[in-house]
Order: sequence, then structure tokens, then C-alpha cells
Amino acid sequence: MPLAKRIIPCLDVDNGRVVKGVQFVDIRDAGDPVEVARRYDKEGADELTFLDITASSDNRDTIIHVVEHVADEVFIPLTVGGGIRSVADVRIMLNAGADKVAINTAAVFNPELVRETAHKVGSQCIVVAIDARQVSREGEVLKWEIFTHGGRKSTGLDAIAWAQKMVDYGAGEILLTSMDRDGTKTGFDIPLTRAIADAVSVPVIASGGVGNLDHLAAGVLEGGADAVLAASIFHFGEYSVQQAKQKMAEYGIEVRL
Amino acid sequence: MHSVIAIVDYGMGNLRSVAKALEHVAQPGQQVVVTSDAAVINAAERIVFPGQGAARDCMLQLETLGLTDILKQTAAEKPFLGICMGMQVLLTHTEENQGVDCLNLFSGEVRIFTAEKNRVAMQGLKIPHMGWNNVAQTQPHPLWQGISDNSRFYFVHSYYADPEQAEIVAGKTRYGIEFVSVIAQGNVFATQFHPEKSAHDGLQLLSNFTQWDGSSQAHLT
Repeated sequence: MPLAKRIIPCLDVDNGRVVKGVQFVDIRDAGDPVEVARRYDKEGADELTFLDITASSDNRDTIIHVVEHVADEVFIPLTVGGGIRSVADVRIMLNAGADKVAINTAAVFNPELVRETAHKVGSQCIVVAIDARQVSREGEVLKWEIFTHGGRKSTGLDAIAWAQKMVDYGAGEILLTSMDRDGTKTGFDIPLTRAIADAVSVPVIASGGVGNLDHLAAGVLEGGADAVLAASIFHFGEYSVQQAKQKMAEYGIEVRL
Repeated sequence: MHSVIAIVDYGMGNLRSVAKALEHVAQPGQQVVVTSDAAVINAAERIVFPGQGAARDCMLQLETLGLTDILKQTAAEKPFLGICMGMQVLLTHTEENQGVDCLNLFSGEVRIFTAEKNRVAMQGLKIPHMGWNNVAQTQPHPLWQGISDNSRFYFVHSYYADPEQAEIVAGKTRYGIEFVSVIAQGNVFATQFHPEKSAHDGLQLLSNFTQWDGSSQAHLT
């Protein structure tokens, strides 16, 4: 298929600044979202995802300005997530220049929000972010559930059934994060990724656990993901997006080079 | 005196990205205006007709705002760029929303990828068709200048244009089936993909549009 598998760098933004250290050699200010976004664009990123982790609700407007500034200069698709709780929140982000908005926890507590926003702005703008953890024990049939609060709180919702429900409600894409793998650098949860990718009709972005470029390829080849998202391997200058694409191309994966 | 590039605003989707991308490539003296005012559209030098969302709502909004006639008129007179839904509604009719009549500038139907006749070809493929796909340039055109054949552009859609006349096809893309991703005739050029989200090649296309005289003759350089 000529449609390219996408590589999506993810940036955590706190109070309008990129956090978790982005280290590029030729960048003056690694905390400036516009500069970081420009750099990833230059390296050939297919999309960018901004995750707002601002704790104080007083400072939530800062992410809006971030999106505006990035969208004024970087002409690739932008997704914004974190703290999206209402149709109004979605509209604000889209008007600021986001192409897609990721809804996470709010969808768990109010699934109708997904239906309502998809109806108002179109499914193509709505990404439902799913944080899943394996709950089956060794030897049992694999089973994953949806977790909230950074993977600490179980909801008892089956991950596959939930993903299907969100697509029925109008999600245009699923951003799937394995909370077991997140931050471990041991690779995506491949069985989870494969289970969700096979269960839904919309594109699935694999996330959580990327430690090297082979992991990205495995997400596509073994996990069946349509896109792969990673943060730290790009931030800390270990690999460039271009290197990631070259590696994926070596595996025979269609990428935009 | 400014020459205006009017982006038609009919309440369907956010036009900020389209405006910013055009501003990024605009020629000296050109002004980018987002408008739903028929008089402004009529006075503009160039028209950009974007759009996303549901076809029925699009057509309803165009009628409510009284823009259908001015769009047909300007599409016959000025450099005119349709994007995504702004390409689809140029055809006669769409299968979307249980069937909606469109502007009928070009004879043809807008079809859904998941139609029964596409079932085998589309097996295992995700809908929407979302991401970067190749566009084969099927005829030379000034708007292709500086863009390699089969370059990738960013798509997001579940329906595709199926025009009757083969001679208006300017680009084709394969996603399970082969579909028409660009149409061109006279001063109209319309893309299923989003040039404003397609990085360098998308900006090149928009830049070409800002300099286009509206003829379909490719300048041999």
C-alpha cells in the first residue's frame, strides 16, 4: 500500500514549555515548542502530538497559544490532548490550529462527549486516547483494561470493547498507550496493539515503551499499527525522525522519506 | 493596491491553517482574507474553497449564506482552488448523508470507500484514509511546478470524487482502489488532500496557486 505509516513525535507541554528535556544540538531553546516543532518538521515528522500536562487550571490557556504559534509556522497535522473535557474545549483547540483533538479521561467518564464532538466537528478531528494495562495473569487468555490517572486507577472496562465502543461513538482514530510499557523502553505491547488494531475500523497509533528504532518497526509489522508515537527517543537526541524512517524503510515499511 | 486571495468561510471547519499556509507563501502585495461575504469573494483575485465535515451541512451552509451562485461564477472566472470537501462538492452529487445534491460544476458522483463494489479491494484497510499518500500527476499543470510526480500529500477522508470526464483528472492516488485525488479544468484546480498540511510540497502547490494566471497550460521552463 502506498499510504505511508506515520511517525509522530509527542511533546509534553507544561505551562507553555516543552518539558522532559528536548535535546538537539543546533537548537537554541529546547523548551520552546515552536522551535522544537520546527525541528521535528524539518526532520520529516508526519504529524506532531502535544500533550498538555499543565496541572493548574489557571494556566491552561498557555497551551492554546502554543498551538497557535506552532500552527502558524509548521504545516503538518497537529494533535492536541490533555484536559479536553467539553465540546467547547475541542472547538478552542481546533480554532487555535489543531487538526485533531485527543480525548482521554473525559471519554471514560462521559462517553457521550465523543459522540457529541464527533457529530459537531467530524470524526476526522476526534482521537480517543486509551491508556490500557494488562489484567490477565500468566497462562490466562490475554486481557487489558482501561486505566485512568496515569495508569493508577482501574475502570474495569475491557480495552478492546472500549476501543470498539469509541469508534461506534465517532472516534476517527485511536491513540493506544500501554501503561505497562510506558517509560520502560522495552518496546510496544505488541499483543495489545495487534488486538486493538484488528478490532477497530479506524487507524490506530501505537504508543508507550519505545526504546529503539526496531521497536517502531515492530509496532507496524507485528502490532498492525497505522502510526507510531514516541517521545523520549527523539527528545534526547538518541535518534532523529529521519533515522527512524530509514530504519522502517529497511524493514520494508512504506514511509514518507 | 492589494490583490486579495479570498478563503471562503461557510462555517465548515477551521480555516486558520489554510490562511496561515497561504500567508506563508503569498506574493508581495497579496492579501489573504477569510470571508463569507459574496461581495468580497466577487472582488477577490483568487478563490480558495476549503471545507471539512458533512456534505449535507456544507451544502446547507452555502445555500443559507447565499454563496452557491457566486462560487459557480468565480469558478468560471478566476483562479480557484478547492480543498478536500471543497473539491467534492464541485461534483454533481454525493453518496454522503443518504445522498446530497452538490454544485455540479463537474459531472460526477462522490462515493464512499466502503461501497460494496470496493469490498475486496478495501479489505483490511482503515477508514478514514488518513495520512501521507502518493499523488500521480496524470497531466501537466502549472500547479504541479516544482513538485515531483508521486510526491506524498496529507489526506483525511472517507469519500472520494468520481468524475465522469477523464480529461479533468489531474492526479490519482491508490488506497485499495485507485481514485481521483486532483481535478483540473480551466481556472479550477481541486485537491482531495490538504496542501496546507502537506509540508514542503503542499506549500509549493499553494505558492504555485498564488502565481497562477488560471490557465491550464503548463509553462515549460
